[in-house]
Order: sequence, then C-alpha cells, then structure tokens
Amino acid sequence: MDKDFSEVFREEATELLAELEEALLELEDKPEDLTLVSRVFRAMHTIKGSGAMFGFEQIAHFTHHVETVLDKVRNGTVPVTQELINLTLLSRDHIKKLLAAGETLEQELAGAGQKIIDEMQAIVGAVAPKEQRVEPEPAAVKQATKDTAAVQVGQTAAPIAGQVHYYIHFEPLAAFYENSGNPENLIEEMRKIGELTIFAVGDEHVEPDQKPKELVNDFFDILLTTAKDINAIKDIFIFVEGTVKYTINSLVSQDDEFVKHKKLGEILVERGDVSVEELHKFLATQKPIGELLVEAGLVPRVKVDSALKEQKVTSQHQQEAVQKIKSAEKESIRVGADKLDQLINLVGELVVTQARLTQVASKLRDAKLLEPVEEVERLTAELRDCVLNVRMVPIGTTFTRFRRLVRDLSAELGKEIEMVTEGAETELDKSMIDKLGDPLVHLIRNCIDHGIEAPSARVAAGKNAAGTVKLAAVHSGATVIVSVADDGKGLDPVVLRAKAVEKGIIAPDAELTEAETLNLIFAPGFSTAKNVTSVSGRGVGMDVVRSAVTGLKGTVSLTSKKGEGTTVSITLPLTLAIIDGLLIQVGNAHFVLPQAQVEECVELTAKDIERFHGRHVFAVRDHIMPYVRLRDFFEIVGQRPKIEQVVIVNINGERMGLVLDNVVGGHQTVIKNLGWAYRKAEGVSGATILGSGEVALIIDVVDLARFAHLEEATLVH
Amino acid sequence: MRIDRIAPFEQKVGFWHNNRIICSLTAFLSGRAGMGNDITNVSNQFLSFTLRNENFAVDIFKVREVLDVTSLTRIPRMPQHLSGVINLRGSVVPVVDLGLKLGMAPIKKAINTCIMIVEIVVESETAPVLMGVLTDAVQAVLDLNPEDIEPVPKMGTNLNTDFIKAMGRDHDRFLILLDLDRVLASESEIVLRDSKACETEQRLASVAA
Repeated sequence: MDKDFSEVFREEATELLAELEEALLELEDKPEDLTLVSRVFRAMHTIKGSGAMFGFEQIAHFTHHVETVLDKVRNGTVPVTQELINLTLLSRDHIKKLLAAGETLEQELAGAGQKIIDEMQAIVGAVAPKEQRVEPEPAAVKQATKDTAAVQVGQTAAPIAGQVHYYIHFEPLAAFYENSGNPENLIEEMRKIGELTIFAVGDEHVEPDQKPKELVNDFFDILLTTAKDINAIKDIFIFVEGTVKYTINSLVSQDDEFVKHKKLGEILVERGDVSVEELHKFLATQKPIGELLVEAGLVPRVKVDSALKEQKVTSQHQQEAVQKIKSAEKESIRVGADKLDQLINLVGELVVTQARLTQVASKLRDAKLLEPVEEVERLTAELRDCVLNVRMVPIGTTFTRFRRLVRDLSAELGKEIEMVTEGAETELDKSMIDKLGDPLVHLIRNCIDHGIEAPSARVAAGKNAAGTVKLAAVHSGATVIVSVADDGKGLDPVVLRAKAVEKGIIAPDAELTEAETLNLIFAPGFSTAKNVTSVSGRGVGMDVVRSAVTGLKGTVSLTSKKGEGTTVSITLPLTLAIIDGLLIQVGNAHFVLPQAQVEECVELTAKDIERFHGRHVFAVRDHIMPYVRLRDFFEIVGQRPKIEQVVIVNINGERMGLVLDNVVGGHQTVIKNLGWAYRKAEGVSGATILGSGEVALIIDVVDLARFAHLEEATLVH
Repeated sequence: MRIDRIAPFEQKVGFWHNNRIICSLTAFLSGRAGMGNDITNVSNQFLSFTLRNENFAVDIFKVREVLDVTSLTRIPRMPQHLSGVINLRGSVVPVVDLGLKLGMAPIKKAINTCIMIVEIVVESETAPVLMGVLTDAVQAVLDLNPEDIEPVPKMGTNLNTDFIKAMGRDHDRFLILLDLDRVLASESEIVLRDSKACETEQRLASVAA
C-alpha cells in the first residue's frame, strides 16, 4: 500500500516541479506579475503538504523553509530578484534530487540543501523593512500626512473556495483607548481566522516600524476573507462592544453564486459615504467616479481607495469562480500508457474483424444485414479516430521543457538567447514526443553552442545582440514538421567540405551540390567545432538525431545560409498504428499504399511505354515523371496485363508513378510490424491482414523512389 | 473430440488435432510433456523433425505450435531462405526455410510439410521473437535421457559445432540437436557439414545399402 502512495506522490511531485520551473522562468521575465508568484508559492506549498502526508520528511522539511521565504515574496515583503529566482530554481533541482534519493539522506545532499536554505534566508534578512514599497508584518504605517494617511497592510490572498469575504469597518472611540485597548489585538484576532487587507487611517505621524498605537480618531476598513461565518467575527468585537463603532457586511454569500460586479459608486452608497443623488450627478461626467468624488471633497481619497479594493476583491472572486467552472470542464485523468496500448490493440483487431464482416455481408447481399453492418463500419471508423486521438499530446509541453535548457546554456556560454515557439498546440502521438526529446535537445544545443554568436560578434555583424532560437511545429497533410531554427552564423559549405575531406568522409575531388554538402553534417563523426566543449562538439549529435528520426519513420533535413542562420526540419508521420490505405493488386498479390501519399491514378498503355523507348518514365499532362513497375520490383510471376494502372504518388514534392494491375479501393489499414526478421526489408514498411485473411504488404514509397532513382542512374550510364 | 490424423508418433505422446500437436493428457500428467517436475534436471524433452532426409530435434520449450502450410506471402529482395510471412491469428509471422538456410535444397511442399512456430531469443530484441520454420515432417516428442545425449566433439567430425547443441540418440538413429537461437539469428547461410565429408558419407551409405 505504501508503495502505491509513494508512487502517486512521486508522479504528482514531478508534475508540480515542472509547473514550478515553468512559473519561475516566466517570473524571471515578469518579476512584477503577482499571479506568477502565487503559482510558484502554490506549487511549493502543495509539494510540502503532500510530502508531509506521504511521509517524505526530508522533502517536507526542505520545502517548508523555501516556502517560508516565498511567503514573504508573496506578501510583497521581499522583491523578486534574479538571485532569488536562481536560488528557487536551485531548490527545485534539489527537491528533484531528494525525490530520486532513497530513504537515507546522504550527508552531501543534506549539506547542499542546508546551503540553499541559508542563502535564501540571507536574502530575506537583507531586505530592510525600511524599503519604500515593502511592508513588513504586522501593521506598519507609512509616512502619513494630516488627513490622508492610508496604510495597506498584508495583501489580499487569492480567494479560495469555501471562503467568504467580509467588509468590516470599525472606529475605535475614545473610550476604547481609555481602556487601553489596542486595535492591533483585534486585528490579530481577525488574522487568526482569515486573510486580511487593511486600510488604516490615522492622523498621527508615526515611525514606519512602530505599531499604530498612537492612532486616534481613526477608522479601519478591513476586507477579511475567511471560511468562518459572521458570528466568528462578531465574537471578536464582543469585548469591545460599546467602545468601538463597527459594521460587518459580507460581500459575497456563496462562492458559487455570481455576484453582480459592483460599481464603485454602489459600494460607497451602500456604505453611506455618499448619497444616491450626489452619485448620479457625477456619473453624468466622464471622469471615474472615485476621482470626481475625491475632487469634490465628498469622499476622502482613503475611503475611495478602500472601496476600490473591495471592488477588486469581488471581481477577482468572480473571475476565480468562472475559472473554476472552466477548469472543471478540462478535468483530466491520468492513465497508464499500457492501458492505452491495450485499447489501441483491441481497436485494431476490431477494425480487421469489421472489414471481414463487411466483406461477408456484401457477398450475402442481404439488405437487412447490410444496414447495421454499414453502421458498424461507421462507428468503428469513429472509434478508431477517437482512440488514436487519445494518445495525441500537444508538443507544447516538450517546448516548455527546453526553456530551462536554453536559459542555463546561454548563461553558461555567455550568449544572449531568446527562445520563441510556434505551434505549441500541434498534437503528436505521445510515444513520438518522448522519442523526439533527445534529438531536439541535441539540435538546440547545436544552435546555442555553434550557431548563435557571442553578443559582441552579433552586434558587429549588424544583428541584435540577443539571438533567437525558434522551435516550431506544424501539420502538413499526413505529417508533422518540427523545426529548430536559429539566426546565428549559419553553415559554411566550404568549411563543411574541407572537414569532410579531412575526416575521410568524402574524396577530395568528389563533386557535391550545396544541399549534399550541408547534409554531410549528418555523417557519423562529423563536427566542425574547433573546441570540444562540455556541451557539444563530439560529433555525435547530428548522426544520433538522424537515426532517432528514422526510427520514428520520419526524415530530417537542414537548410542554412552563411551569416544568417540555420534551420533543421524533422518531418514525421502523424500516426503509427492505423492509416487510410489504397488497396491495389499485382498478379494474385495485394498491396497497400498510404493514401496520404497518393495523388491520382491513370492508365498506362503499350503506346505510352513505347513513347519513351525503354526508359521508365511517362507523361501526365505534359509532366514527365519516373515510374516503378511493382511487378518487377516485387518479382511477381505471371503475364503482364495489356493495360496497366499507374498510381501517382507524391513524396515531399517529388512525384512518381507506381505501375500495377488494378486499383481495388480504399482500405482501413491496421499496420502490423514485419518484425525483427524483416527489419532490413526494402520497399515495404509493414503488412496488414485483409478481410479474406490474406497478408497484404504495405509499400514504402520513399524506398521505391530511391530504387527508381538508382534504376534511372544505371540506365543513363 | 475429433482426431484429425495420427501421425507416426513413436512414443504416442501426442496427436494431431486441428493441425496442431497436442500432447496427450496422460503424457502430461506423467510429466513427459515437459512440465518439469524435477527442477534439477535439465529439460530433456525434444521435438524431432526432418529436413529433407536428415533428422533433427529441438528443445520442446522452444516450440509453440505446429501448423499445416498455409498461404505464404513472399517479401522480395530478401535472402532466399526467408520464405515469407503468414497470418497467425492476426499476427504477421515470418517463415524460414530452415533446410535451405542450412545449405540444403529448397523445400518441396508435400503432404507432411508443416510450419513449426518457435520462439527464439535475439540479442537486440527485449521480447522473444516468434518465427515459423518450414519442415518436411514433424515426428515426435522425445524423452532423451542424459546418457542419450552426446556432445559433439570439436575435432574429428565435420559438423559445425557453433549451431549444434549436441547429438541425440533415439533407439538406432542419431539426431542433430540444433541451437535454434543461434541458427535463426544468424544472418547468413550456415554450413552445417563440410562438403567433402558429405560426399564421403554418401558414398559410404550407397555402398552399405
């Protein structure tokens, strides 16, 4: 049992740590954004709570200290600085190590943790309470002028579900102070039951770090968010009844009820600070009502500010409520990948069996049977699409992972890099995304290490000091194109060629096009880096990238302009398991072509062949393109039919014809792996089982294209 | 239960049913079907079969099932001994002409020709790989005692010891106990016997006949 729970915690913690890192990196760019601070705090807080609950003592202990510091940030006590972010990122890394560590905490790990805590606390201690924009706890009063002193203490925490907001106004009377009453005590009591925002107004001038004991003839406007009910608040005032004037209003009754967005004027009227007529008089003019009222001397600015605060609180609450509804809709559930695989297998089997059913039913020609069978076909297709879609995950999560990498790497190498992403919502099969991770890391490292120049060099070249690394993903037909681009110094074909000759990859007199020269970079052992840094340069990266992409049945290519930048594009098929296929026949054998690559089908007569005198090309509407006769390629015995069919396929823009006997029709193809024995098979990428039980091979069109090129070459020579 | 045919099983430990060998219940219960009640003994249950005129045997645990030859789908531009693939209840399973791989003539389909589905262990794969082996005939499940199993001497014979585990003696004949994992995993054709020695043997056999 314990094991299960700790697994659950580990999974949850990993997610939280990812969220924490993301929020921290965003906060680095926008240090003033308080919602980001909340996100950071919440993530840390949840880790601490869950950690303690599941018995992960060290994590809870460490996180507690970090949380304490973060709480101060949240309150505005401590500003967000680069150093703080660095330390918080370090603490996130430390928590990750603690997660992976076993029961016993090693000395080294414990020491490292303590060091981080000490450094964080040093920052906090260094922030003087005297800083202008900072308010230490508890109540403190800024420099106050005669009648407009206003103090804001604490900060409104994000309203949490189940909590209610109260507006409390209390004015201590002379009798209160004569009884040596202290408003601080009352405020303390309120603090015990909830979160406070206080407007304290006093006439006296006090020192910043002194408690406002000296405030007389003042009032406190307090917004209290608490889970307790109104009686708990009334209890606070029980002992000072008669010496304090106070009112308690609840602002929102239930958190599910939508509160009408209260206008400032309404609030003031409700409080009795202004009359309805006066309010309406000034509504006629353009200026914000609060401004006007202050200018007219009807309401002191303090009261307006206080009302504004209330307005903000209630509208914030309303937004949160809306958000809650929205997030409830997007509720998600974790599912083990093996369960999904099982589901997909079953759907695959269903598709095959349904094909057989359709075949049998159509032979029987029973109208009553055909109708439900057609329905089954439609439902199966829909089910297939749905299930395959379950495994589709937006690539955005992978992109975000790289922000940290870019940040750390650019800092380490002294370069300024900005990471831009495009198409983060593009969805890919989950297993593909997992396998893409490492190749993309290689590519990004290359961009940062070799591509983008140092800021000084960039400026000298007339570019911005900060380089850009762009990650993009886009759907294109039945494929997805993921690209990594930089605006760095690009690749120099001359240098590449020289390096290749030096390494013996090509002969000194070999003739290569520019594209071929650029592709040399994919050769094993190739690296133009002068120094092998810890980051890259061992010549392993690009070769690994290419084999990884090939393993995913994709292709990788690169374009580059010297001085301008480099782009590496990875093209991947959209789905691995079930495709829309075109069933064709050659002799007695059936084959399947991926419909995504099929353009059209034409006839090929003896006349068409003669036209080209034995060369395997033909013409379609004045376009000449090569063809491959499948009968020849697959060594099928038997007589060739007089009129053959040609299916024209499109491979990344290149068109080619496949000559066959007969096109049977569309066919939902469940791809079956050929397995280890046929891993080196040419021209076939898999097999499928037809409704008749026969095995039909799935043609690898790219392979055939290569074969066609080779044939052409030999014929020409 | 219908019994389709009874093959000449010497020890009558199994029979054909729906194109598969099923070990008889009594054999199973008496432990001869290889359920290994004595764990200290190495498994000594083998399935014997013929490739052309030669007798072979493999460890019974490696054999999943035996089928009649169904339609084979050939995949071109691959070595000759890879005969093609079959549809095994929804899975695509590759089939090997084992005789051809061992340097014999290509298989000629006859009434007793069948496909033996075996499981082999390949270094690069995490799970065992299923493959079909074309045999001229499948014979029997043999119980071989340790004294009936003789290692192949490294010198003095012409047999390629890399692919042979041992020689088994069944009454009056010898069987080559094949190392299926090695044989099927190897890429190229395997020469099992030195050709010159083959000739000598054949001459001797024809003289003796």
